[in-house]
Amino acid sequence: MDLSGFRDPDIARGLIDAINATAAKIGREVKLMEVCGTHTVAIAKNGLRAVMPENVTLLSGPGCPVCVTANEDIDMAIEIARRTDTIVTTFGDMMKVPGSYSSMAREKADGRDVRIVYSPLDALALAEKEPDKQVVFIAVGFETTIPLIAASIHRAEEQGLTNFSVFSAHKTVPIALGALANDPEVKIDAFILPGHVSTIIGPEPYQFLAKDLHIPGVITGFEPVDVLQGIYMLLQQLLEGRAEIEIAYHRGVMAHGNPTAWALVEKYFEPIDADWRGIGVIPGTGLGLRSEYDAYNAVVKLGPFNPPEPKEIKGCQCGEVLRGITLPYQCRLFAKGCTPEHPIGPCMVSSEGSCAAYYRFTDYGKA
Amino acid sequence: MRSDRILLAHGSGGTMMRELIEECIVPDFDDDALKRLDDAATLPFPTGRVAFSTDTYVVHPIFFPGGDIGRLAICGTVNDVATSGATPLYISVGFVLEEGFLVEDLRRVMLSMKEAAREAGVHIVTGDTKVVEKGHGDGIFINTAGVGSIADGIDLSGSYCKPGDKVLLSGTLGDHGIAIISTREGLSFETSIETDAAPLNKLIANVLAAAPDTRAFRDPTRGGLSSTLNEFAASSGVTVTVTENDVPVKPQVRGASEMLGYDVFQVANEGKMVAVVPAEQADAALAAMKASPYGEDAAIIGEITEGPGKVYVKTSFGATRIMDMLVGEQLPRIC
Amino acid sequence: MCLAIPARITDIGENRMSTVDIMGVTRKVSLDIVPEAVEGDYVLVHAGFALQVIDEETAKDTLELLKEIPFFQEEEGLNVLEEA
Repeated sequence: MDLSGFRDPDIARGLIDAINATAAKIGREVKLMEVCGTHTVAIAKNGLRAVMPENVTLLSGPGCPVCVTANEDIDMAIEIARRTDTIVTTFGDMMKVPGSYSSMAREKADGRDVRIVYSPLDALALAEKEPDKQVVFIAVGFETTIPLIAASIHRAEEQGLTNFSVFSAHKTVPIALGALANDPEVKIDAFILPGHVSTIIGPEPYQFLAKDLHIPGVITGFEPVDVLQGIYMLLQQLLEGRAEIEIAYHRGVMAHGNPTAWALVEKYFEPIDADWRGIGVIPGTGLGLRSEYDAYNAVVKLGPFNPPEPKEIKGCQCGEVLRGITLPYQCRLFAKGCTPEHPIGPCMVSSEGSCAAYYRFTDYGKA
Repeated sequence: MRSDRILLAHGSGGTMMRELIEECIVPDFDDDALKRLDDAATLPFPTGRVAFSTDTYVVHPIFFPGGDIGRLAICGTVNDVATSGATPLYISVGFVLEEGFLVEDLRRVMLSMKEAAREAGVHIVTGDTKVVEKGHGDGIFINTAGVGSIADGIDLSGSYCKPGDKVLLSGTLGDHGIAIISTREGLSFETSIETDAAPLNKLIANVLAAAPDTRAFRDPTRGGLSSTLNEFAASSGVTVTVTENDVPVKPQVRGASEMLGYDVFQVANEGKMVAVVPAEQADAALAAMKASPYGEDAAIIGEITEGPGKVYVKTSFGATRIMDMLVGEQLPRIC
Repeated sequence: MCLAIPARITDIGENRMSTVDIMGVTRKVSLDIVPEAVEGDYVLVHAGFALQVIDEETAKDTLELLKEIPFFQEEEGLNVLEEA
């Protein structure tokens, strides 16, 4: 399958011209929020901000699951790692993120058994290989990833594994977008909606944004042409005064999402409240394991744990960046004291944090 | 050798160490100067300037697709010496072995070193072996130091890059890093990618002969192409711009990088050379690279312009972004 | 949150696992949430799982539509992507 057309400079040029023409007709300032951290990186890596019209601002949102993981969740993951005879497995993204006092990378350096895996299936395989140890998977992620953890627990059940469990710090996106849209400090005109989260949930969960809050959203893919297409479609909606949830990323998202995936999630998880770093608790945006699956819930099965009191980082403006109120280079610590080498907050540490993306790929905010 | 494993006694200077040296090290390295086993090798040396470099190799696993730590240890130091424009001549080898390390593995590594040295045309003339207690070393660490002689008139430096110069790359990017990561547990994927570890002194000599005003050579090892180009940009105070479409990358390396979320510009290489050459000599330099061993995929990938000491990438889609340097390790990501 | 890449299924094995090919790199990928996928299908792969089958026709159609944009922009207010 040849998908190179989605990187084609000529098609991109056509879209950029169309974007500029439509923005000119709109006239006023418009703010589009790219929700997904992977979009932030795609935009930065492809230099797309530089080709946006003057009156269109792309704001980065809280779509970096690592960035929005609250300190107390990281602290808990670290407590689990400190348990004897326990192997903690995690995606690479989480390793360097600072909790209140430490990070997974630091714990590993101190001799704890922390291992990076590419897939929760690798954690399952490890549990099979090490029957005398407890293998815990640190589950951080949005709807793209949550079904995978549910499927892994399903496999653990099938295999009768008794030494595999999960620490769930999962979050869901649509309700959080509503919270952002209702936040008076944040002024978003439209959402660039996450492509792969939508592969799982489809367009329906976002409908309330359009119908109740009159904010358009376009489900967008990740190649440069995909992103430009999404932006073009949003501007068209704004020009025409429409507010709908549209799919630009047709090849990746079906009208009904992936029902098999979501059924698995609902089998093992139920909605709970979640604490989003920098935003606060957003009710109903977390997912906790149902009590009948306590055997796979690391905190219940291997606890009790006593993590220290969480401590916030002084001066860090990650929260405002995550809500789109402050651009990364407007943070007083950006490039002065907070850099990828010496990060202070998660937005700079995470590979898809807004601050990291700006710092790595652009000249903004640097001498 | 009475033991099939390295013991502490093999490093203690007594009869067991003598046994290791005489029965394994000397025959495996097979070098006349080394055979004499003097504390210092005394060697003929051309008059003029000396280029001198050292590096220590701690890669794990020690055997990986297409190579091993031994080949790396010889090629890496040969290449470092050669980037100064010197002809590499002599190599020293220091082993730190962990108690319990298999003698058979050591011999495999040493034979690999001998072959690499022969290929590069250098001599392993002196060395040292120490053994540490089990648990205090990762199997084997190797230090190699190399000396070479620099002919008169050759003066290369990363600070000599000038606006108008072209940037050349001797071949495909990212092979070594991907070969290593494909062996890592928990990231299992199948690939036929092998390390590119190779001695490039002949390639460098050919390029210098065809393009005598070459400003600098450097091999993009840890930190990848990005570190090398950022170093050049900073020390010369110029802007480097790379055209993404012109950079040779094997499809499998691209596939693995996309899967893991890696930036191929930051992945390590062990058999590639970057050269900065004045524009009027660039074609000749390229032809010389392509005609040299390990240079068949060489390409002109970018140019130097006036501007701040930064590196930019003109993306395949037409926009420009910064080529940033690696911070810490690249970790596979899902986001 | 969303790093998923297209890969071609080259073989379907036991236990809902398949082998996929990404530009020559192969990996085992679970079909737990795409049980209907068959050999030869292209799927989006994320963290060792297939998320969905990618339809080549849909991809082609989108590209064709996008190529028309410069021509339709000349007409006032026409949203060429309304059909999409």
